[in-house]
Formats: sequence, C-alpha cells, structure tokens
Amino acid sequence: MNNNNNTIVDLPDQATARIPQPNFLSKENGLLSWLLTGDHKRIAILYLISITFFFFIGGALAGLIRLELLTPQADLMATDTYNKVFTMHGIIMIFLFLVPSVPATLGNFLIPMMLGAKDLAMPKINLFSWYLYVTGGLLALYAMITGGVDTGWTFTTPLSTHYVNTNVITTGFAIFVAGFSSIFTGLNFIVTIHKMRAPGMTWFRLPLFVWANYAASILMVLGTPVLAIAIVLVMLERTIGIGVFDPVKGGDPLLFQHLFWFYSHPAVYIMILPGMGVINEVISTFSRKRVFGYTAVAFSSVAIAVFGFFVWAHHMFIMGISNYAVLVFSLLTMLVAVPSAIKIFNWTFTLYKGSITFETPMLYAFGFMGLFTIGGMTGVFLGASGTDIHLTETYFIVAHFHFVMVGGMLMAFLAGIHFWWPKITGRMYPEKISQLAAVVTFIGFNLTFFPQFILGVLGMPRRYASYPPEFQVLNVFSTAGATILGVGYLLPVLYLIWSLKYGAIAGNNPWQATGLEWQTQSPPLTENFVVTPIMDHEAYDYEWLESQKVKEVASAG
Amino acid sequence: MPDNSAIAHDAPESVNAAENAHLEHPDYLRHHFESVEQQADTTNFAMWLFLLTEVMFFSGLFAAYLIYRNWYYPAFVAGSHQLNVVWGTLNTVVLIASSFTMAMGVWCAETRRRRGLMLCLSLTFVLGLVFLGIKTIEYHEKWEKHHIPGLHYSLRSFTDPQSDPEIFKEYHDKALMPDMARHTEIYFSLYFAMTGMHALHMIIGIGILAFMIYRAKAGAYTSGHVTFVENFGLYWHFVDIIWIYLFALLYLISRHQ
Repeated sequence: MNNNNNTIVDLPDQATARIPQPNFLSKENGLLSWLLTGDHKRIAILYLISITFFFFIGGALAGLIRLELLTPQADLMATDTYNKVFTMHGIIMIFLFLVPSVPATLGNFLIPMMLGAKDLAMPKINLFSWYLYVTGGLLALYAMITGGVDTGWTFTTPLSTHYVNTNVITTGFAIFVAGFSSIFTGLNFIVTIHKMRAPGMTWFRLPLFVWANYAASILMVLGTPVLAIAIVLVMLERTIGIGVFDPVKGGDPLLFQHLFWFYSHPAVYIMILPGMGVINEVISTFSRKRVFGYTAVAFSSVAIAVFGFFVWAHHMFIMGISNYAVLVFSLLTMLVAVPSAIKIFNWTFTLYKGSITFETPMLYAFGFMGLFTIGGMTGVFLGASGTDIHLTETYFIVAHFHFVMVGGMLMAFLAGIHFWWPKITGRMYPEKISQLAAVVTFIGFNLTFFPQFILGVLGMPRRYASYPPEFQVLNVFSTAGATILGVGYLLPVLYLIWSLKYGAIAGNNPWQATGLEWQTQSPPLTENFVVTPIMDHEAYDYEWLESQKVKEVASAG
Repeated sequence: MPDNSAIAHDAPESVNAAENAHLEHPDYLRHHFESVEQQADTTNFAMWLFLLTEVMFFSGLFAAYLIYRNWYYPAFVAGSHQLNVVWGTLNTVVLIASSFTMAMGVWCAETRRRRGLMLCLSLTFVLGLVFLGIKTIEYHEKWEKHHIPGLHYSLRSFTDPQSDPEIFKEYHDKALMPDMARHTEIYFSLYFAMTGMHALHMIIGIGILAFMIYRAKAGAYTSGHVTFVENFGLYWHFVDIIWIYLFALLYLISRHQ
C-alpha cells in the first residue's frame, strides 16, 4: 500500500523554506481578532475547533453505548439513562457535527478561494452563523447536563409532546438555533457562488466541490425552515398545549413526522453531498486526471438535491401512511440510487488509467467509495417497502446510516482535512502515521458496523439497552471495533496538532493540484489572492498546470 | 479602518497593495466586492433567498391548516366565525398603509431625502405598533371567551351557539356535535401559531425599524448606500403578504358558510 517511490508530493527545500508572511493566521493576533473576524478562513478554523469538540463529546457517548451493549443485560447504566445517551449521541453527531462538518469548515475556507473571490458574500452573517452554532451547541450541552432528553433524535410525537418529562424544549430550541446557523451558511454559499466568481469562472469551470456544496446549500435553505416550524409547534404543544399534533384534540402525530422528515431526509444529503465534493478533488488530484464525466457528476449533485426532497415518507412506511404513498415514495427512493451511482462509477472511471498514488487523503477516499457503496446499496433494501417492514427499527438501519454517515461522510471529512491541511496551516501532516490512522479507521469501522447488519437481519431491535444473549458475540465484535475506531480518530488529532509546529513546510502546492486555492501561498493572505485570478482553463486541467510550471521555470531562469 | 502597522514591511510590494486596496473606495463598499453594483446585487439576492426560507417556514403552518381544514371543515367554519372581521380588515388596512410608507421610505433613501426617510420609517414603526395593538385586543377577546387552546379551552360557543349572542346574531350557526366542536381547538391552535409567528416577525421588524430610524438620523442611508433600507423593505412587504394570506384563510374564507 505504501509505495514511497510513487508520490506526487512536491515540497520546497526545507532548509530555506519559510511560512510566508503575512498570512491570514499571523495578520492579527489576540482572541478578539478571532472572535470578531470577518475572514472566512478564520471562521472556518473556529468552526473546525468547535465541531471537533462536539465530535468528541458525541464520540464519548457512542463509546458509552457500545460499552453498555457489551453484555446482554442493562448493567452499565439504567435503561432510561441509556435512552438519554443514544438520544444525545444522535443529536450532537447530526446537528452539531455532520451537518456543519464539511460545509462550515472546508466549504467556508475553500469556496471563496475556489471561486477566486476575496471572501464569502456576507462575512458578518458568516460570523453570526458561527455564534448561532455555538449558542445552539452550548444549549444542547446545558440540556444534556441538566437531565438530558430521551426522545431519540427524531423527537417523535406524541412521545416528545406528552409522554416524556425531559428537556425536550431546551434541546428543541438548541436545534432551532443551530438550524439557523445552517440556513445562513447555505444562503451565504449560494449567494457567493452566484455573484462572486472571478472573471472566466463559468459554472462549468467550477470545481466539483463547489457544485456539491451548492446542492447541499439548496437543501439547507429550503429544508431547515420546515424543521424549524416543526420544532416550534412541538415546543408550543409542550408549553401551552396547542393541539396540532395531539390525537386527543384531533391533531395528527403523523403530520409531525411529515414535517420533520421533510427536513431530516434532505438533511442526510446535506451531510453527504459536501463529502462527495471532497472525494472529487482528492480522486482527481491523486490519479492526475480530470474527473470523468464532469458535467454528469455536477448534475448528479443537483439531482440528488432535487430527488432528496421527494422521498421523505420512506421513513414512515410502518407508521400507517397509505399503501399508494408507500408505492410512490418507494419508487422515488430507488431513483436516488441513480445519481449516487453516477458518482461512484465516474470516480472509478477517473481512476482507470490514472497515475494513482496512495497518500492519506486518497486512502480515506478509497474508504469512502467502498463504505458508501455498501451504505447506499443497503439503502435500497430499506427503500423497498417489503424488506423495510422487516428491517426497520433493527440494527440493520443503524448499520446502514452509519455506513453512509461515518463510513462515508466522516471518511470524506478526514480526507478533506488531510488534503487541505497544508493549505490551511502551511505545513504537512506526517504521512506515515496518518496512513496508519486511515487504515486503523477503516478496519475499526468495519469491525464496528458490519456485525450490526447481521444483527439487524437476525432481528435485534435498535434503541434497547439489553438484548437476548445469543446476540452477544456480534455485539462484542462491534464494541471491540468501536475501540479501534476510537484510536483511529484520536490519532489525527494528536499528529495534526503536532504538525502545526513540526510539520514540513508545504509550499503553495504540495499535491500539484489544479484548483485556484493551490495557486496562492499557504497559508493564504487574508484577501486570498494578490490579484484577482482570471480563470482561463477548465477545472482539473493538469496540462494547464504543467504549462504554468514551464512558465515559472522560464521566468526564473 | 485597517491597522497598517500589522502589515509586514518586508512583504512584496504587491502584497501590501492588496492589503491597502480597501482604503480607496466609499466606506460602505465592503472590501471583498469589486463594485458598489456587485455589492447591492449580491445583498439583494441574499435577501430574496432569505425570504424563500421564510416562505418554507410558514408553508409548514399552511400545510397543517389545509389538511385540518379538509378534515374538520365544520369546526373550521365555526372557529372562523369567532374572528372579528372588522378588526381584521382594519389591521389589513394598517399593514398595507405601513407597506406604502415603507415603499416611500425606500424612495426617500434613493433620492437622498433624510427628513422624508425618517418620517416614513417612523410612520411605518407606528403603524406596526398599531397592528400589534389591535392584535392584542383580538387575543384578549379570545382569552375572555376561553378560546386559547390548551389553557382553559371551552367548547361552549360551539356546542351551544346561542350562548354567544353576538356571533349567533350574525351567522346563525347550528350547534356542532361535541366530537366536531372539540376540533375547533385545532383551528385556534393554528390561528395562534400562525398569527403568533406573524406577530413575532412584526416585532423583529419593528426592532430593526427602531435601529434604522436611529441610523437614518445620522444620515446613514441617504449617502447613496440604500441596500439596507431596500432589503428591509422587502422583508416588511413579505410580512405584509403573509398577513394578507392569513386574513383570507382565517377570517374571510368561511364568512358565507
């Protein structure tokens, strides 16, 4: 796997290389210069620190869940504590990690640079969205510490409105606030991509990362407000007792499900699409080829966003919706497989006859392709109503969405963090140990979640602290895998922090990648570019990159 | 203003030029835009998108309204008859007038009339408060008749319409069966959720208006930089349009049933 003779990394001479000054990190100092910044790159770093914080809280909760499930009895914690732990795990991981992960960190950092712009269209709104995120996050933590919430992350009515007496309102409000942070991020991206492109940067010259984030932004802008109103109605029902979801008064709890999933199904595409964007950039760079079928991949992102709005009721097949609705939503659900498959096939064709190298981001990208394919295919099992009725509410569904979200999205996030780390910090991460971390993550992930598919097919229900003893062997595998996975996630934190001081100086373009963000210094200037770039070539044009190098040599010589 | 001392002196000339570029344009042009037109174009587009999110926000409520209206039609007719059309019409007129003063405000900002702008914004501010005042009177009526869902909801006006002589005189409603009468609570749940969310938007708008009046006094919007006033105008008209839909769906739709 590690082929040292075969690498594209091109670093400047370490004896003479220096981090360029000024840059956006060194331009101003002090805490206030960060907390009041309008610079999209600094806000991205604020987001990166805060989502990492929440990721490890959510991860610790996941560790508790796996530890409880090591034995068939509910012995580590009381069953209602278990309910709170898995609820908070879900809420933190979805609303405070996965939704903002790639867009708010890498997207924030890179979209203006990829467009050749100086900043996002609305820097103050961008900073405001980070404050909303932090407020939402702290509220959620406050709700957790003062008693938690045990409805599951879905807030299912009438459980959430009538039958539990935990912090539903505080947590709901936290999600409401964090949701607005996501709306403002999406809005900012759409406006920026429409109005801030550099001269020559046409829609079909945009890097596919931008297309993917654009599609995700559409979902954020159109979907999140519907979640907001659903939460407001739940809060009103709990506080003053309006009856919109209350069957006693003639309200319909299913209406809540419709409103909730109208956001929360597109939300899974909000989470995965930006990750797919990262994979485009990584696969192209490390196989030295233009992404195969650029236009098809660009439109497949948009198609996923559009289809994503018409499949929400597949979460409700067992909840008593009409059989005809099941039929239609089942068909529409299968349709999402088409644009997803376009992406996977086109990445595979990009690899075909490319000069592939195996740096860490590429290892994570391979992990993504394999695990996302499994995650996506098992989604078809769940989209078909017959198998869904057997498999829903079992560990099969848990395994399915963890394959997509952890195996897919988290791998893509780590691929992106490693890929752009030299651009963000100006320094390389240590290659050997990070390759090891990528492999450890992959092994740990499969050991954790593959047994859960089998458990689900055997009929082990989700969301219980205890289970019949015959399921123990597979659960022990899963818990052991979670431990390995935990090591896989801790390693990058350690060596990435180490690299801030001791990493090799990266230079402008260590990967010899084509994106505009690589054609400027690392870390970039506050204004990104010395002069506004003019885009005179297609995206992923490696020949153009070669000709640039020839020019540079000629002028230097 | 940027702190020039922060710029390193050994940096290449072109870098310093880029860092200093924002000293050379009008102070309302943000440094990352090429021109004032691009900035105005961008913020307008952002505002329209934001209004789209607002449409999605309210559409959840409208969807709920349509579903329950179909299911519990008689209850929705009877519930609607409880609303006071006179107050509702008056409030519609007040809001449309406030939209007019807001539009005049935008015109004043564009033509750089500082006093005119302040007058228009103040009138809009006052009309907004009048709207909320009338809404309070209406909410109070509901409170007195025990039509607030959840708290102390009473079905009396619907199971025994003659106990409510004013409404009975006007509509001659038949008594609803207790089963259907119970669903009037859904109608009022939606009434309060929808008008309440609308009122919340009004309160936020009035807060921003107060801020704008304060800034307009210092001449902030009459020096060529009108996008803020324009975009707030869009918001205000949007809130107005939502009310017109609410007025039609909650007050008018069942008047002749």
